[in-house]
Amino acid sequence: MSTTTSNSFFKPPLSFIGVIKPLLFCFLLLPSLLISYAIFFDPLMLGANPAEAILHHTGDWVIYSLLLTLAVTPVRRVTKWNDAIKLRRMLGLFSFYYVCLHFLAYLGFDRLFDLSDMAREIAKRPFILVGFLAFLLMIPLAVTSTRGWVLRIGGKAWAKLHKLIYPIAVLGIIHYWWLVKRDIFWPLLLGLVLAALLVYRLFLFLRSAPRQRGVRASS
Amino acid sequence: MTFTFGPKISSSEITPREIYLSRRHFMGSALATGAALAASSALSATSPAALSFSQNAFPKPSDTVTDRALATTYNNFYEFGTSKSDPARNAGKFTTKPWTVEIGGEVAKPKTVGIEELLKFDLEERVYRLRCVEAWSMVIPWIGFPLSKLLAQVEPTSKARYVKFTTASKPDEMPGLSYRVLDWPYTEGLRLDEAMHPLTLLTLGMYGEVLPNQNGAPVRIVVPWKYGFKSAKSIVRIDLVADEPKTAWNSAAPNEYGFYSNVNPAVDHPRWSQKRERRLPGFFANHDTEPFNGYGEQVASLYSGMDLAKFY
Repeated sequence: MSTTTSNSFFKPPLSFIGVIKPLLFCFLLLPSLLISYAIFFDPLMLGANPAEAILHHTGDWVIYSLLLTLAVTPVRRVTKWNDAIKLRRMLGLFSFYYVCLHFLAYLGFDRLFDLSDMAREIAKRPFILVGFLAFLLMIPLAVTSTRGWVLRIGGKAWAKLHKLIYPIAVLGIIHYWWLVKRDIFWPLLLGLVLAALLVYRLFLFLRSAPRQRGVRASS
Repeated sequence: MTFTFGPKISSSEITPREIYLSRRHFMGSALATGAALAASSALSATSPAALSFSQNAFPKPSDTVTDRALATTYNNFYEFGTSKSDPARNAGKFTTKPWTVEIGGEVAKPKTVGIEELLKFDLEERVYRLRCVEAWSMVIPWIGFPLSKLLAQVEPTSKARYVKFTTASKPDEMPGLSYRVLDWPYTEGLRLDEAMHPLTLLTLGMYGEVLPNQNGAPVRIVVPWKYGFKSAKSIVRIDLVADEPKTAWNSAAPNEYGFYSNVNPAVDHPRWSQKRERRLPGFFANHDTEPFNGYGEQVASLYSGMDLAKFY
């Protein structure tokens, strides 16, 4: 992960973003480190059903980091803290990191690394299909997350492609909602957070000049 | 779903297998020499919750018994919260004394039995596989006696075709009741022949002791060939009824949880496969699920001629 602090000696090395970004990086990495520690040294740290706990924790952190990624723009607009944009790629890549772990845990613990068994299950279970679809859609976003790819496909097309995060987040919440047996409290709460973040964008869109809107719609 | 790691089970909490086995061995040999009293008093010296029971009345499966620390910290008991770690955390102030079970409905001799009376039955240990509908399983040494012995005392009439279990609902002691995830009180039911089957155990203890609150103290049933939710916990009422009773999970989601809910690898839950299971605390779901949870030899005849895909 490249840091965005300047390498120049002439700028102060400890800008606010320069502190917050590595801290956030460590914070978001921590759950996966704890899970790894538990797997190798103390599985019961995760309770009686460590595999299920790993599936749930990794899944939670996919959604948390997706919501954090989507919160960057509102935070920037509201607080005028423009450096927040420098966190966005890292947050997005963390959601991809956790979705990879989540998928691997499912493939390994539940499907015993049997790809044809997994394919059959995905075809049969809507909630798994929805989650798998979200995972697939995240791949092009992760691949094109580098500066080189922004230049290669052009800023406008890149931005358009990365709007995929909206359906991805919605699919993620649906996946979670359809998984729970009876208690929908957490998917509901996270779904409301997502709804607020999306409504904020709708608000920005409606407030923008009609001409601009037309331009966006036709671009 | 917040970032907690569930109940931390330190290795010191887990009874070392040698000690557990030696205790059982001790119990067994003591009983064999007719020194049951000595054994029970010796045990009660080490633990006030110990029960006296016979060891070898029921054949032991080859499965490894699940550690007590796991079976008492990973529970579905929604009256204490919907997370698996909630019951162990929240059931501490649940009062189980005094406790009575009312038995009524289509019976000639309705009666109310106190828990002390139930404890006077000949208790035996039965090591049963427990298969949860969520595709995990454990192996638990329960202590109890066949429910049929209790039902025989109340003399079911010819109208009695089903048995309905009603479980405790104490809002002050069960924080989960404030949250209507299921219709409270939790109810379950069996067909009369299922309830009378010798495998159906009225259960008062596990791991040599009385039931911990989070496992359904002070009295529950255990029906080993059905998914775990059929085995109602903390029972306060048993009614013999003419028609199939409404049951908690079946009412909540009839397409997912049938009245019968026999363990069946051939009938998937709509959202997941039931072909294999995770034997806890293992990581991999690599344990093949058996029809009737491996008790088909004893119970399959109860369902002869029935389409088990229809009556799931």
